[in-house]
Amino acid sequence: MPALCRDCLTTFDAGARCPACASRRVAAHPELFSLSIAHMDCDAFYASVEKRDNPDLADKPVIIGGGARGVVSTACYIARIRGIHSAMPMFQARRLCPEAVVIPPRMEHYAAISREIRAMMQEMTPAVEPLSLDEAFMDLGGTARLHGAPPAVMLARLIRRMRDELGIAGSIGLSHNKFLAKIASDLDKPHGFSVIGQADTDAFLRDKPVSLIWGVGATSRAALERAGIHTFADLLRWDRSDLHARFGSMGERLWTLARGQDTRRVSANHPVKSISNETTFATDTADPDVLDGHLWRLAEKVSDRAKARDLAGRVVTLKLKTADHRLLTRRHSLRDATHFADTIYRAARDLYDRGGASAGPFRLLGVGLSDLCPAAQADRSGDLLDPAATARHATERTTDAIRRRFGAQAIRKGRSLR
Amino acid sequence: MKLSIERSALLKAVSQAQSVVERRNTIPILANLLIEAEGEHVHFRATDLDIEVVDRAMAQVERAGATTVSAMTLHEIVRKLPDGALVTLTEDSAAGRLTVEAGRSHFNLATLPREDFPVMASSEYASNFSAPAPVLRRLFDKSKFAISTEETRYYLNGVYMHVAESDGGKVLRCVATDGHRLARIDADLPEGAADMPGVIVPRKTVGELRKLLEDDDMQIAVSVSETKVRFATPDITLTSKVIDGTFPDYTRVIPQGNTRKMEVDARDFAHAVDRVATVSSERSRAVKMALDEDRLVLSVNAPDSGAAEEELAVAYGDERLEIGFNAKYLLEIASQVDRENAVFLFNSPGDPTLMREGNDTSAVYVVMPMRV
Repeated sequence: MPALCRDCLTTFDAGARCPACASRRVAAHPELFSLSIAHMDCDAFYASVEKRDNPDLADKPVIIGGGARGVVSTACYIARIRGIHSAMPMFQARRLCPEAVVIPPRMEHYAAISREIRAMMQEMTPAVEPLSLDEAFMDLGGTARLHGAPPAVMLARLIRRMRDELGIAGSIGLSHNKFLAKIASDLDKPHGFSVIGQADTDAFLRDKPVSLIWGVGATSRAALERAGIHTFADLLRWDRSDLHARFGSMGERLWTLARGQDTRRVSANHPVKSISNETTFATDTADPDVLDGHLWRLAEKVSDRAKARDLAGRVVTLKLKTADHRLLTRRHSLRDATHFADTIYRAARDLYDRGGASAGPFRLLGVGLSDLCPAAQADRSGDLLDPAATARHATERTTDAIRRRFGAQAIRKGRSLR
Repeated sequence: MKLSIERSALLKAVSQAQSVVERRNTIPILANLLIEAEGEHVHFRATDLDIEVVDRAMAQVERAGATTVSAMTLHEIVRKLPDGALVTLTEDSAAGRLTVEAGRSHFNLATLPREDFPVMASSEYASNFSAPAPVLRRLFDKSKFAISTEETRYYLNGVYMHVAESDGGKVLRCVATDGHRLARIDADLPEGAADMPGVIVPRKTVGELRKLLEDDDMQIAVSVSETKVRFATPDITLTSKVIDGTFPDYTRVIPQGNTRKMEVDARDFAHAVDRVATVSSERSRAVKMALDEDRLVLSVNAPDSGAAEEELAVAYGDERLEIGFNAKYLLEIASQVDRENAVFLFNSPGDPTLMREGNDTSAVYVVMPMRV
């Protein structure tokens, strides 16, 4: 079986120990040297940057995050042993681990280091698709001849460079598509190097929970469970058309992913996928007037950002977090893409009235716009049954013009004052 | 229960009934057909709790009785049996099984008790009348494309069937709209229909109803109440709840003052629209219509993928006009025209456009333009 020493980068055939340097950090897989799609994920990125910059923290539990009602954005591996994980509310984290060192995030500093890592990746291939500051997809297809080494070796070299030159640890997932590469990078963290080949895809996925799919959150999982779908094996029993009928476009994606197929390309200049804004309240609220005011302001912010980028979207998402940290998301597909605050607000308000209101009080409210397209393709057709919409849109265009000229506060809806 | 029935009669009845059954059911009994045999007939009944269909077929009933079996399984079996076969259905109530026999084939199906099968409560119908199949076919076929699929406006998820005033007389009218286009189709008011309450017939019911309307000579018995509607032929009875909502006042939507008139051969027009729309890869393909003195230029300009243009001879005498539409909507309304030329009546590029067939106002379509 083809094997690679992750320390000295020697390639050899099988064995648990490197014949050159006797290291045990060996990656071995039948398809090791033929796979080319990778996902690199830094290990506890923000926390490792802080530990690198301040060696005193090396053996202490470190949490990055902050604010009275903030959440953990990253916890180092020592803190994770204590049960702390990202997105956990800070008060809970402090209770679990009172001696943890809590550091407010220094995003600009992390971004600078992220750029250095990205530059290293871009030396290997132009097809680098960053997902966030600390993770990225890479397609190394066709680069073996250029580098004189297969992708697996280049990836091991990248991790070694990140460690030696930047002091940052990362894990690699190597597979034949993005979906599996992302799953693989998480299998063996930290300092991981996992491979999922074509031949072992089906066996690997079979008994895994469908929640492994990126984008299948609590709500989708509950919907899937109602249909008796827990694992990939359950999914395989469904017809494509039935999945589509029941879950819409998600069903279509589930069908292909269940077979370990994912044809999405690693794309260097990935366009913006969604625009969203959310707010966490100082105190939980169920007051419909207060929430309505927030809904409008969030819709307006999302709309402003869309307009600034000349974008519009077809899907409006409402996000609510209840006092007991349950997250509810509701989405509505518009027939015509929009970037009007009025339309976004109405859709979000409708989602709130139909699906959310009764679950209050809430601690967080968010509004998002996705399935984006150029603004030129948006709001092109009126509604026969809502002739007033045309007038409202004209008003919004005028208000926008006034705000552009005299500043954002020059004119506001009364609704936004609540 | 024991009965024998000819395969083709069985297939017809079972396939009609089983199409009402939802594919994925969490309640097992709803996946089943209720089979009832008595006298010279067997009835197959299926429901999704909103729609119920009962199919009747002639059979030799040896022993009267009733049971329920999986609609899909029975349908598949009957479908695969050779044509002309005589099929025998025998219920073994002690074992809870139904055997299906034809020639050398023998099947044994699990049953559920007939008592578990939900039978739709019968209701008082406010209005009962009879209408020829071709009349109903026209009313629903020409309107159903405009039914909305938007869940937020659930009251648009069907065809609004009601009695309306038109040119001083009363008509039976079907209207459907999704906010982007609207279809309003009229037919002579059948005798006894004048007091019919207006109802919104759900999309699925419209689809099921279509199967009752194939035969040109058939009279359909229609019964309507505030909450239910029933369509029946001697062999098939389709009962459906109607959508509980208020259909919007569509009369305001239909433009009255559109004066710019274009007349065009509907088929040529549809083909041309279809051709130029090919170059656009956008989801809603916008087609621009540029009108000038007996000349129509259809064009699509999609910066990312290309451009297309086609010229058509039309009858148009008004001033120059440029107006855009969703290609799909234009195709759909153009394909409703079957006898004469399509007549389009425009106002401004921002106002709804009206389309009808020749001078016939019994089928009127409204479509919202699109900015191009």
